[in-house]
Amino acid sequence: MTHIEAFVHQLTEALKGRNADYIEARLEESQSSHITYRGRELESIGRTTAIGGNVRALVKGGWGFVSFNNLGELAGSVELAVKQAQLVGNQESQLAQVEPAVDVVSAEKDKNPVAIPLAEKKQLLDEYNDIIWRTPRLQTSIIGYSDGYKKVIFLNSLGSYIEQERADIALRLAAVATEGSEVQQAGLSLGSRGDFSLIKGRQREVELMAQHAVELLSAPQVKGGEYTVVLDPVLAGVFVHEAFGHLSEADFVYENDHLRQIMVLGRSFGNAELNIVDSAAVPGLRGSYKYDDEGVPATKTYLIREGKLVGRLHSRETAAKMKEKPTGNARAVNYRYPPIVRMSNTYIEPRVTPFEDIISDIKEGVYAKNWYGGTTSMEMFTFSAGEAYMIRQGKLAEPLRPVVLTGNVFTTLMNIDAIGNDLEMNQGGGCGKGEQMPLPVSNGSPHIRIRKCLVGGR
Amino acid sequence: MENILAQAKRVAEEAEVFMVSSEETPVQFEANRLKHIQSKQSHSVALRIIKGGKVGYASTTKLDDSQELVSMAMETAEFGMPARFEFPSPTSYPQVEVFDPDIESISIEEMIKLGEELIVAVTSHTPDIICEAGVTKSVVSVHIINSQGGQTNYRKSVFSLGVEGTLIRGTDMLFVGESQNSCHPLLEPKAVAEVVLQQLELAKNQATVPSKPLPVVFTPYGVASALISPLMVAFNGKIVLEGASPIGNRLGEPVFDKKLLLWDDPTIAYRPGSRPGDDEGVPSQCTPLIEQGTVTNFLYDLQTAALAHTRSTGNGSRGRGGLPTPSPSTFIIAPGDTTFDEMVQDIKEGLVIEQLMGAGQGNILGGDFSGNVLLGYKVESGKIVGRVKDTMVSGNIYQILKQIIAIGNEARWVGSFLNTPPLYCPSLSVASKG
Ligand SMILES: [Zn+2]
Repeated sequence: MTHIEAFVHQLTEALKGRNADYIEARLEESQSSHITYRGRELESIGRTTAIGGNVRALVKGGWGFVSFNNLGELAGSVELAVKQAQLVGNQESQLAQVEPAVDVVSAEKDKNPVAIPLAEKKQLLDEYNDIIWRTPRLQTSIIGYSDGYKKVIFLNSLGSYIEQERADIALRLAAVATEGSEVQQAGLSLGSRGDFSLIKGRQREVELMAQHAVELLSAPQVKGGEYTVVLDPVLAGVFVHEAFGHLSEADFVYENDHLRQIMVLGRSFGNAELNIVDSAAVPGLRGSYKYDDEGVPATKTYLIREGKLVGRLHSRETAAKMKEKPTGNARAVNYRYPPIVRMSNTYIEPRVTPFEDIISDIKEGVYAKNWYGGTTSMEMFTFSAGEAYMIRQGKLAEPLRPVVLTGNVFTTLMNIDAIGNDLEMNQGGGCGKGEQMPLPVSNGSPHIRIRKCLVGGR
Repeated sequence: MENILAQAKRVAEEAEVFMVSSEETPVQFEANRLKHIQSKQSHSVALRIIKGGKVGYASTTKLDDSQELVSMAMETAEFGMPARFEFPSPTSYPQVEVFDPDIESISIEEMIKLGEELIVAVTSHTPDIICEAGVTKSVVSVHIINSQGGQTNYRKSVFSLGVEGTLIRGTDMLFVGESQNSCHPLLEPKAVAEVVLQQLELAKNQATVPSKPLPVVFTPYGVASALISPLMVAFNGKIVLEGASPIGNRLGEPVFDKKLLLWDDPTIAYRPGSRPGDDEGVPSQCTPLIEQGTVTNFLYDLQTAALAHTRSTGNGSRGRGGLPTPSPSTFIIAPGDTTFDEMVQDIKEGLVIEQLMGAGQGNILGGDFSGNVLLGYKVESGKIVGRVKDTMVSGNIYQILKQIIAIGNEARWVGSFLNTPPLYCPSLSVASKG
């Protein structure tokens, strides 16, 4: 059996004496398993192993990148990456200064979820599937479970050697209810940093999800328009990720003078209660790590503090070009891709208002819960709720069909006028940027209230 | 690979080995400048076995460890779904041309030049636009062998040329873009740039829309971003089998407008979505899905077809390298007889939708969609008057496609998957900040 350690010496030698400003390489070894159900029956079960690597070279501001599965030709790969970078480069290379690190980081709970017997995983999923199928008027269920465990060795021409292991579990359940030609569905996303016990014991949530799918069949669709909207912690987490998180990724801004003006530090984005943070340094969450994929230590970064833009997420290159500090947010979904600026664990800090007070003075509004999806074009964003209710006279009223909310980041963040006291981090879901998805991230928030939010509907 | 098959046959009743190698070279431009050249070399092998009547599956990128691959597949077979199908025996494949050797001889320098020309064509029209562009060539080899003696083997070349531009005024952002691909090299950056220039022209002015139902013309991009994902799901034989497709029990019935014709066709020469056989080695075929508004077929892989007591339509697809599952190869919507200008001229007050953001997030099984108009234009008295913003549209594709006013007479490719003309629909719910 081949292991990546066996190639470290050869690779270290191959990086030496090259005509490049900077070279880095990653070697990656991973294993994973997946189980999916569609309907009552298990649909697919599989195991995967992978070994691969890449080399990235910087010459006069231009990048070359080579990825491969064949580790037998490392010197050739390094040579090709350098040659490509030479074809691109015609300026000065700029990378923020980072101390070379030599470190070995083993998986936090030293648990490998892939090693748990498939029978044990299947038993849990069977149990959840039975709960869904016990719900009357349910048409079908969809369950997708996957886990993974990987070890990455990072080397660079400055002398860094970082070995990191990480484990990840993702579970998505959906219940589909039908009546005539009406089809409605409800979903639940769970995840953890490799700890299988965290996705156990969720029977009650699964039951409520299945009941909700049936309930939706008779629920009305909201009338489209502007509403005062209250988001639960899960959805508010998706909102902060989509509406603001992606905009704070510096690779979008650093070479665009217009955007640099728009995203100038100190600009007011919200009221004084609003604090938004991204932190890979909080341990144990799906977006946590000690070093990013450029070997930069993880940090806690305030993006918005007291309503003002105070920071953004950086790679070494974007930090240098914007003359700001690197934040350790360059991440690659796997060895086939170069690292790009990504979020880790992104959240709105809690304040003091309890939920009851947030909704008590709303005459007519929408309470939107639970993650369904979200996307952004930077200025505009949309995100959708798996569950929604009308708010009438300060109280939750009838359930609604899933709603899609949309807005403009510059006005919507300003329109947040209440922030709850009940921060929760959501471990389900993943983030996509370009071709790189799903990247494990987490996001969270307390309940928040947004005035004048555009809701799509009939 | 024969070696893996031989090892698997020793421990399982049936086996299939699926091997893909690819080499992809993307040349990427950021902020109007060349930024990145990449080379992605990849090999992977997947093993599917039938053991005790059940399906086992494993895949790896380690090419020297067939023993581990076989033992992982054995481990999963214990829990796998009962196999209802047989691997294809030796068969003949349709002649589908998907490899052009000219792609291999295009040099990196030529690709850089194409990207530069593309960016210059856009920035000379609108100097303060910031463009990202990509020029990519790739070659993929697929090889499948199974214990019934079946064999599939082909090579595909793909070339793509695309640009995305962002134009910022104050905090207003305009996104335009176009990308084209083919199995032939694409050497005409002007053809790509022209589409973007037209978008920039139409978006020069801003316009507001009222919140009320309005007639809408979906451009081919608009069709792709709003209407296609629900159709992909609805015609998926697996969803039909589960009873979750709204059209699953309406085979032979007129569900859609009579003008609508849709089919799946993986046999068109030199298209990136084409191939001689699917990912299970079933020969490619053209499958009509909607004829004169009537539902005529669903798409199947081997296992789903067996469960549904029908035949595979050659739509087994491995997606992200997992087990095959039914998936369309290429959707083709037949062009009609109305020009785009005639559609616009017919509208008193309405919208042209070019790009809808977030439409795939709703209840796509039920056909509902709802999205923010990322790029779209207001029509007043038969003329496009400007771009709309802060506007959301919602609808249900089964209502919209039941009553189409007109279908455009010019179809185009959107990505490698869809070929469609514009569609003109009588009414869509619009919500706007106005
Ligand atoms: Zn994201």
